[in-house]
Amino acid sequence: MSGGIRRPDAGGTLLALSNVYKAFPARKSFFSAEVVSVRAVDGVSIDVPRGKTLGLVGESGCGKTTLGRIAIRLLAPDAGTIRFEGLDITHLSGEALRLTRRRMQIIFQDPYSSLNPRMRVRDIVGEGWHVHGIARGKELRERAERLLVRVGLTAEAGGKYAHEFSGGQRQRIGIARAIALSPKLVVADEPVSALDVSVQAQILNLLKDLQEEYGMAYLFVSHDLRVIRHMSDQVAVMYLGKIMEHGPSAELFREPLHPYTRSLLSAVPMLGNAPQERIVLSGEIPSPTAPPPGCRFHTRCFMAQPVCAEVCPLLREAAPGRFASCHFVG
Amino acid sequence: MTGSGGIWRDFARRLLRNRLAAAGGLVILFFFLVAAFPALFTSRNPDRIDVSVILQPPSAAHPLGTDDLGRDVLARVVYGARVSMKVGFVAVGIATAIGLVIGLLSGFYGGRVDAVLMRFVDIMLCFPTFFLILSVIAFLSPSIVNIMAVIGLTGWMGVARLVRAETLSLKERDFVAAARAQGAGTARIVFRHILPNALAPVLVSATLGVAGAILTESALSFLGIGVQPPTPSWGNILTIGKNYIEFAWWLSLFPGLAILFTVLGYNLLGEGIRDAADPRLSGR
Repeated sequence: MSGGIRRPDAGGTLLALSNVYKAFPARKSFFSAEVVSVRAVDGVSIDVPRGKTLGLVGESGCGKTTLGRIAIRLLAPDAGTIRFEGLDITHLSGEALRLTRRRMQIIFQDPYSSLNPRMRVRDIVGEGWHVHGIARGKELRERAERLLVRVGLTAEAGGKYAHEFSGGQRQRIGIARAIALSPKLVVADEPVSALDVSVQAQILNLLKDLQEEYGMAYLFVSHDLRVIRHMSDQVAVMYLGKIMEHGPSAELFREPLHPYTRSLLSAVPMLGNAPQERIVLSGEIPSPTAPPPGCRFHTRCFMAQPVCAEVCPLLREAAPGRFASCHFVG
Repeated sequence: MTGSGGIWRDFARRLLRNRLAAAGGLVILFFFLVAAFPALFTSRNPDRIDVSVILQPPSAAHPLGTDDLGRDVLARVVYGARVSMKVGFVAVGIATAIGLVIGLLSGFYGGRVDAVLMRFVDIMLCFPTFFLILSVIAFLSPSIVNIMAVIGLTGWMGVARLVRAETLSLKERDFVAAARAQGAGTARIVFRHILPNALAPVLVSATLGVAGAILTESALSFLGIGVQPPTPSWGNILTIGKNYIEFAWWLSLFPGLAILFTVLGYNLLGEGIRDAADPRLSGR
């Protein structure tokens, strides 16, 4: 899929996260004063190549949304560094951060809570132009209308309010807002999982067309493997705050290395290349407040050995360009 | 850049469909007209003393009767509406302004700012408000300005808590994160994204608050530490009325009804606004 489309390729890494950690304090229960920490992102390193798509896949609660927000500095990491276009932006603040943010944007999962109900669509879409003094008033209006037409809405949509649109249309508005400032990186946080399947395909194709047109890189977060495969050049598989496997999309889907990836792929009937027999995982994801020692996945892994409960495997290059964190791979 | 459109239009339509709220609104509108154009409702001077017509029952010449100094009760009730409307609005305006600022600061910044401001709210809530007002007015002179100020300064805590709660939930919404990602500064996020979305419940509480302020003013005037005679206020007309209630019922009944209808009108309107702004109905 991804091989057939020619994309503007400046080469190199656009965004590099290295050893990023993020924990949230949480009360153990509503009545308890005891505070535990939820280790949402636990030492993650990923690169997003310029103009390409890195798909980030994992079950709900594995920390992929948190990682996406850290990537564009909507959340500050507890440790680790974020490099964007070669520049360390981990500790950027104030005006410098504001200016950097023009070049990185986000599309949200929920098309209802992501649009201000008290603003007209053209002001939502053009907020970045207004804030950065790029366009205001009549010019903002005209530019917003052109952009709305580009994402498949009508120019009249600009004068309306978000609640007058359907979920798919609202997501188009969110996309228009994200690309208004011509960013280099867009974090797409489950952009289609709130939509009907028929609408999903339209939105995904719009995202692909826009990527080709604007040369943006996507950090595409999703729990849906089919969507990930359709969109991604590279894929990173996340489990309980850690990256399990990372590699080129086509190869990862053809021949998954990590047992977790293998079990995930076997659960999706439409992926023909997945292993024939289904690997059914037992149990639930352990709580991120108390992740298991050793390999995060050993409590549910069909290949687990005693060593897995003791030693946490590192992400190693198992084949050229392909990384997995498992003692028994490569 | 934008006014208020779509959402407010829907809101107004739902509000008008609510008959009780519409009736409340009409009553308030009526008293507004009375306060704004008293000459349309009476041709008499409310302060004119006429000892020849003391304590007259309602008649053609004095539709609501006269008081112990022969003043026309209709004229006094009509001019008294000014005091009530003014006190209601200014006091609630002060309370809402303070509540908005404190609530926004508290909810948006959280942490220590929030802790300090909310403990201050708790302290203010510990005072029995009415006695606080009584003692403050006893120190200051009982003028209408002081009354408005004191009612306003003791009535903002509810608004502050309300706005804080709204702000806490709004600032976690995705559209606020989106605004931040666009490069919007704190001021823009607060005034463009949080405040407009927090206003509906504030409007409800302000409307209900006007009713409360009018009642408080009437009570203060009734006790003689509110608006001072000869300036008419519904409360101080009642004070005179209580001395003659056995044989001059009109002196108590009409200002009492005026208070009743105004307060009822505000309460009905306030509850109507609450229903019309209900998020489950507006589908926001």
